[in-house]
Amino acid sequence: MILNAFMLAFRQIRRNLLRAVLTMLGIIIGVGSVIVMISLGNGTTQMVKDQISSLGSNIIMVLPSRSFDPGGGSRSRRFTQREADAIKDRVHSLKAVSPLSSKSVVAKFAQYNTQTQATGITSDYFIVGGWEMAQGREFTDSEYRAGSNVCIIGESVSKALFKGASPLGAKIKVADMICDSVGVLKSKGQGGMGNDQDDVILFPLKTFQRGISPTKSLNNINMIMVSVEDGADSKDAGSQITNILRDMRNIKSGDRDTFEIMDTKEIQETVSSTTRMLTVFLGCIAGVSLLVGGIGIMNIMLVSVTERTKEIGTRLAVGALEKEVLLQFLIESITISSLGGLIGIFLSFFISMGMAKLMSVPFVYDVSIAVIAFIFSAFIGVFFGYLPAKRASQLNPIDALRHE
Amino acid sequence: MDFIKLRDIVKVYGSGESAFMALKGVNVDIEAGEFVALMGPSGSGKSTMANILGCLDVATSGKYYFNGVDVFSLSRNETALLRRHYIGFIFQGFNLLPRTTALENVELPLLYRGVPRKTRRAKSLEALDMVGLKGWADHTSAQLSGGQQQRVAIARAIASNPLFLLADEPTGNLDTKRSVEIMEILTALNRDMGITILMVTHEPDMAKYAGREIHFLDGNLAGAQ
Repeated sequence: MILNAFMLAFRQIRRNLLRAVLTMLGIIIGVGSVIVMISLGNGTTQMVKDQISSLGSNIIMVLPSRSFDPGGGSRSRRFTQREADAIKDRVHSLKAVSPLSSKSVVAKFAQYNTQTQATGITSDYFIVGGWEMAQGREFTDSEYRAGSNVCIIGESVSKALFKGASPLGAKIKVADMICDSVGVLKSKGQGGMGNDQDDVILFPLKTFQRGISPTKSLNNINMIMVSVEDGADSKDAGSQITNILRDMRNIKSGDRDTFEIMDTKEIQETVSSTTRMLTVFLGCIAGVSLLVGGIGIMNIMLVSVTERTKEIGTRLAVGALEKEVLLQFLIESITISSLGGLIGIFLSFFISMGMAKLMSVPFVYDVSIAVIAFIFSAFIGVFFGYLPAKRASQLNPIDALRHE
Repeated sequence: MDFIKLRDIVKVYGSGESAFMALKGVNVDIEAGEFVALMGPSGSGKSTMANILGCLDVATSGKYYFNGVDVFSLSRNETALLRRHYIGFIFQGFNLLPRTTALENVELPLLYRGVPRKTRRAKSLEALDMVGLKGWADHTSAQLSGGQQQRVAIARAIASNPLFLLADEPTGNLDTKRSVEIMEILTALNRDMGITILMVTHEPDMAKYAGREIHFLDGNLAGAQ
């Protein structure tokens, strides 16, 4: 009887190929869109997470706060070397302290020039930023101490100025200074804010302060980046730094800080909650298409109910048992629905892979979403294929035959 | 013993105020091997009678003995099995499965009987042959004329060698020439295979082919009131 039911079901599918294909189409679109959307959402989340973690983990950024004068101008108090040293000496949970200054400059080599970010650094910069060298070397201690005319360039600058030729040993003109390029940084790609992290040119901090952005002030450090030891509490380190700076700057209790402390962990949390929202949002849109696909399936099934009720009447008249008719319809629905679901999963796999590539986000395929979407549409397909059949098969054969 | 025995068959449609009594206590006996024409104007209850005789519908009250079996005491499944093994149907509207070949339509009852593939095919082709549709087995309903479709339906009804063939206005949708062909086939089936046939019709010309005529009027046999 089971074998018979299978045969009857497959015969019926073959005879009503158009209906079967339309039903499948609803399921394919429903399943496919949910999977593609969720994969892209997850891929984007993954990408943003990667970018943020490329900043380095457990990093605290100490920035000057902008205070607004009554006159309307903005003034920010930068940091001194003494303040950076004090942080390094007095906060014990720190791995590295990297004071740095930066300025937008134009770098020139031969006939090429490029607008880029010049940054004066100390050796801790490589630890805090997690930078590695692609070619050449880091600055030597004596170069840091003496403020030699040397520089390390990022991948983007290397491409803009050297067009594939080796930059090592080349003399690059930055502002009014000529420096020897001693190395190229390993590429880090796009930053968490969409900026190009490779568009940089690095100098020893002293070189920068003398040659790129000369100033008489002792407050010649734009920012202090601090890397906290693994396992240490970055919040705790942050409040220690606050205390040290308030103390050194003689800020009375109750007065506001003249600096700001940013913790990458906090940034990470903020950004990932945003992208999670994005995924949920995409999921909702996809859910709507799943629903629309479901309604499509339902419509096709219900539209064919009259014809199918007559078919059931005929089958009952020639002596089919109720359960034989039901089994046939059940197998038919399950076959169509699962075939559609499988095709949807198959297609969505390649579509999300292609779109991930197109949008240059990582390809993340969520199997559980695929399973949920599949079960949902298969359920709709089976439910609306089976329910009318069940109702019809319980009629008196003559009523089923006369159904209009 | 009578092959078919109906006693005090009452069929009521609806209930309460709007209740309509389609059959009002009908008594009919049919012998095995008879060819009976059930006649009457529309609304006289003859189709309702035929549906009950074919076990497609149940009466509100009364008794129906088919070959000695009390039909109304059977379960739904048992009634289905009775239809499967003993009764063949020919409907006015043919009721063939759409987009299905003549052969597959004829095979349908045999399929439910569990007849093996080869036998099923042979019997179905033989039945198609018998109704003059040799060579049409692979045509779907849409590719056949009305007369041909009705002959497919007859082939479907006789492929399973029923004891009882029920034809509800079999020529209702056909022109005279086709109607005569169909009637000749039915007569031959009755004569050569001994199948008991009950045919519902309102055309006296068709009823002439039957051995006996039963006339219905207002939900009972004419003259029974």
